[in-house]
Amino acid sequence: MTEPTPLVAPGSPLEAGPALAARSQRVSLFGRLLKHPVGLGSLIVLVLVALSAIFAPLLTQHDPNFASVGDVLGPPTDGHPLGFDGSGRDVLSRLLYAGRFSLAGALLATVVAALIGVITGLIAGYYHGWFDTVSDWLAGLLMALPGIVILLAARAVIGPSMWWAMTIFGLLLSPAYYRLVYAAVTAVRNELYVDAAKVAGLTDARIIGRHILTVVRAPVIIQSAMIMGIAIAIQAGLEFLGLGDLTVPTWGNMLNDGFPNIYTNLSLVLWPTAAITVTSIALTMLANTMRDLLERSGGRRRRRKATTRPPDREKVEILTHPDDERTRRLTGDVLLEVRDLSIGYDQSDKTVKTVVHDVSLTVRRGEVHGLIGESGSGKTQTAFAVLGLLPDGGHVTGGSIAFEGQEIAHASDNEMSKLRGIKMAYIPQEPMSNLDPAFTIGSQLVEPMMVTRQISKREATQKALDLLARVGIPNPKRTFAAYPHQVSGGMAQRVLIAGAVSCEPDLLIADEPTTALDVTVQAEVLDLLRSLEDEFHMAVILVTHNFGVVADICDRVSVMRDGRIVETGPARSIFYAPRHEYTKALLADILEEDHARGPLVTGTPGPEQRIGSS
Amino acid sequence: MLMFIVRRIVAGIVLLFVSTSATFLLLYLGSGDIARNILGQQATQEAIEAKQVELGLDRPLLTQYVDWLGKAVTGDLGASWFTSQPVTEGIMARTWVTLSLVLGATVLTAVISVALGVWAAVRHGWVDKLVQVVSVLGFAVPNFLIAVALVIVFAINMQVFQPTGYTPFSESPSGWIATVTLPIIALTIGGIAAVAAQVRGSVMDALRRDYVRTLRSRGLPFNRVVFKHVLRNAAGPALAVLAVQFIGLFGGAIIVERVFAIPGLSDIGVTSTAQGDMPMVMGFVVVSVVLVVVVNLIIDLMQGWLNPKVRLS
Repeated sequence: MTEPTPLVAPGSPLEAGPALAARSQRVSLFGRLLKHPVGLGSLIVLVLVALSAIFAPLLTQHDPNFASVGDVLGPPTDGHPLGFDGSGRDVLSRLLYAGRFSLAGALLATVVAALIGVITGLIAGYYHGWFDTVSDWLAGLLMALPGIVILLAARAVIGPSMWWAMTIFGLLLSPAYYRLVYAAVTAVRNELYVDAAKVAGLTDARIIGRHILTVVRAPVIIQSAMIMGIAIAIQAGLEFLGLGDLTVPTWGNMLNDGFPNIYTNLSLVLWPTAAITVTSIALTMLANTMRDLLERSGGRRRRRKATTRPPDREKVEILTHPDDERTRRLTGDVLLEVRDLSIGYDQSDKTVKTVVHDVSLTVRRGEVHGLIGESGSGKTQTAFAVLGLLPDGGHVTGGSIAFEGQEIAHASDNEMSKLRGIKMAYIPQEPMSNLDPAFTIGSQLVEPMMVTRQISKREATQKALDLLARVGIPNPKRTFAAYPHQVSGGMAQRVLIAGAVSCEPDLLIADEPTTALDVTVQAEVLDLLRSLEDEFHMAVILVTHNFGVVADICDRVSVMRDGRIVETGPARSIFYAPRHEYTKALLADILEEDHARGPLVTGTPGPEQRIGSS
Repeated sequence: MLMFIVRRIVAGIVLLFVSTSATFLLLYLGSGDIARNILGQQATQEAIEAKQVELGLDRPLLTQYVDWLGKAVTGDLGASWFTSQPVTEGIMARTWVTLSLVLGATVLTAVISVALGVWAAVRHGWVDKLVQVVSVLGFAVPNFLIAVALVIVFAINMQVFQPTGYTPFSESPSGWIATVTLPIIALTIGGIAAVAAQVRGSVMDALRRDYVRTLRSRGLPFNRVVFKHVLRNAAGPALAVLAVQFIGLFGGAIIVERVFAIPGLSDIGVTSTAQGDMPMVMGFVVVSVVLVVVVNLIIDLMQGWLNPKVRLS
């Protein structure tokens, strides 16, 4: 639930990437494109432009290159609806015929780029080796050169040939395909079905044709739409500079001809500009729409999976155990009082999906309250709601959260900033991803202390070093100066604990604080938490799926399932006499799991050994 | 860090060497008729041969190349075959003009893209839509067409800016601003399209990271986390796109300068390629590649500064 979904950055044509390639949706892509308003519109525009170019001789009777001296810059007349250009040529016929050459030139560049890029990408990605090294280097080289400069230099050698210029430009653009195909092929070449095909004795050529080309087809089509737009633009640019072949009518040549006459006849520039702009925008929109459709198909699948949970039930009875000896001794003030809390997430179709229903909790000073359940049971969401740190789209939809009597369920970020890091603290589950990789460990400890306590940097540094020593880090100074990637997971978790207790909080929320650690470190971290709890007399909410941890440290436990609390009471009572079927199943499950794993774990507890995380 | 810098510099030198060598060999292979072009169609065979000797074109290609390279390393790029003007002299003055446009556009692109991208990522809503529309338009519409549109709207219809020409900064700062504003805007729109979309994407990505929640749980206000931690982590991918954009802006400047009649590298590039003035074309290529290499090096150094993993490995 806390895992960020990978984001395909928009904007760059090179970003289509393997994420797309991994799921080929080609069969229905075209069909869905026709149903999408933007996709259909772009397609219609492109078809119209192409048809007007192909049937230019039928649409106009005039020769695009026939210059009539008497009609230079002449106004529209019968049979010449767009008038005449700077050399007395018919503008409409030039515009139509120009479509032929401009589109053909762009198509040439696209085909050259695709042929070179796809073939080299396939070979390099499938076989790797020296070819990979060389082609990767060449691709980097081509991408680092300003295309227009190369085309200008080429123009000096080969003269004003549009076809040659577009061929060379195709070569310059080939890395765009190369990188795309390379990434896609590298992603699938080790897939099981490719291995299976190899074992079955299929030749490499057939494997590439059958299994790999199908994967890269959709991204290559998308890339082609992008590349064609770029080629139209650069071709027009070259010709606008006057470096094109003046004997063929193209949109760029029309611009070159019209621009000097911009004060006398603006329309000479407007027509080719409109043609280039409309075609380029249609190509880009088409590419974007195809990409969106491909991405959405993946997203929909994910969402469907997420909603296959059991249907929400109405109010369920909570099995409550009576206090035992240990919990009767907890007589501190009530610190946190959660009443009938519900949490929902906004969905893209404007509905709200409720993930936590009617959860109630009371936590007193000095109490360790365990929230236990499978992943997805809503325990982490409850913890985030208390901190006011629900992920984007999530919010409290009902009930109340009172902290020291103050209602905070709908508190603003500003109000929560006066509690977080001062009275409340949080220890996350995954140590590495919870440290900012760009800053030293020390600065991440010092910065919040300077902000929340208004102390000097030197004071905060001293305090941070003391804390690092307190949580059992052998060389605090070295860890203080280190970056997160330079320390181990266990060290990082200690750093996070140090950060959490740096404000001497009243309420500590620990979200699976030991799950990501290996077994020996787990025990040490639990010991540390217990001693800190004694030292600061905090209230602790411990989110976990591990009954071992519960038995070890918790006073009271609430068992959560599908966003509801199903059973609550003293830890020992629930541990020895569970009443809810789910609790029993959970306990049996975990005991069984521990039993099966026991010898493995205690046999050789390697430092990197990790037990499964939820 | 030192090794990192050295590696990047060596890679830049290799790129410079390979690309200029390839260009030289290709250009000079195709320079057969150049003496006739210079002297005109009426020139006698003797005069043409004499000119070829004068230009050194009678020597083997490799000798010409080694000669050119030897001088180029010392900063001597030869002289124009048509005007006899030293190449470095002709190119240097114009390089500053082009560079001022490109750097102006790069800085403006970076500033606006960060502002728009962060806003779109954090606030969503209409700014988010705007960034998406701008990125489609800016990507699809070539920047010289934006330049033409700007000339039509601001210089011809509204007469706010001078449509064409260039006033050096040293002559009149206000005149300089009046002449470079429209070209820089024309270049910037395309740049923003790509970079703002990338900033938006990587900020959204960074916002979802676990450490953002953890830092906020320690009492840091949201805005402080965004501007210090999220932005720093999002800067890497955005800088990479900015580096690619710089190359694109440089190419775009060549064409946009033409629209506004600005005497930058475009002038030299276009004239010398049309004439086949090889020393000038070579000088143009060398300067372009050097600029790209230097900018990439600067961006690499910034990446190293931003990302401790790069710096410390």
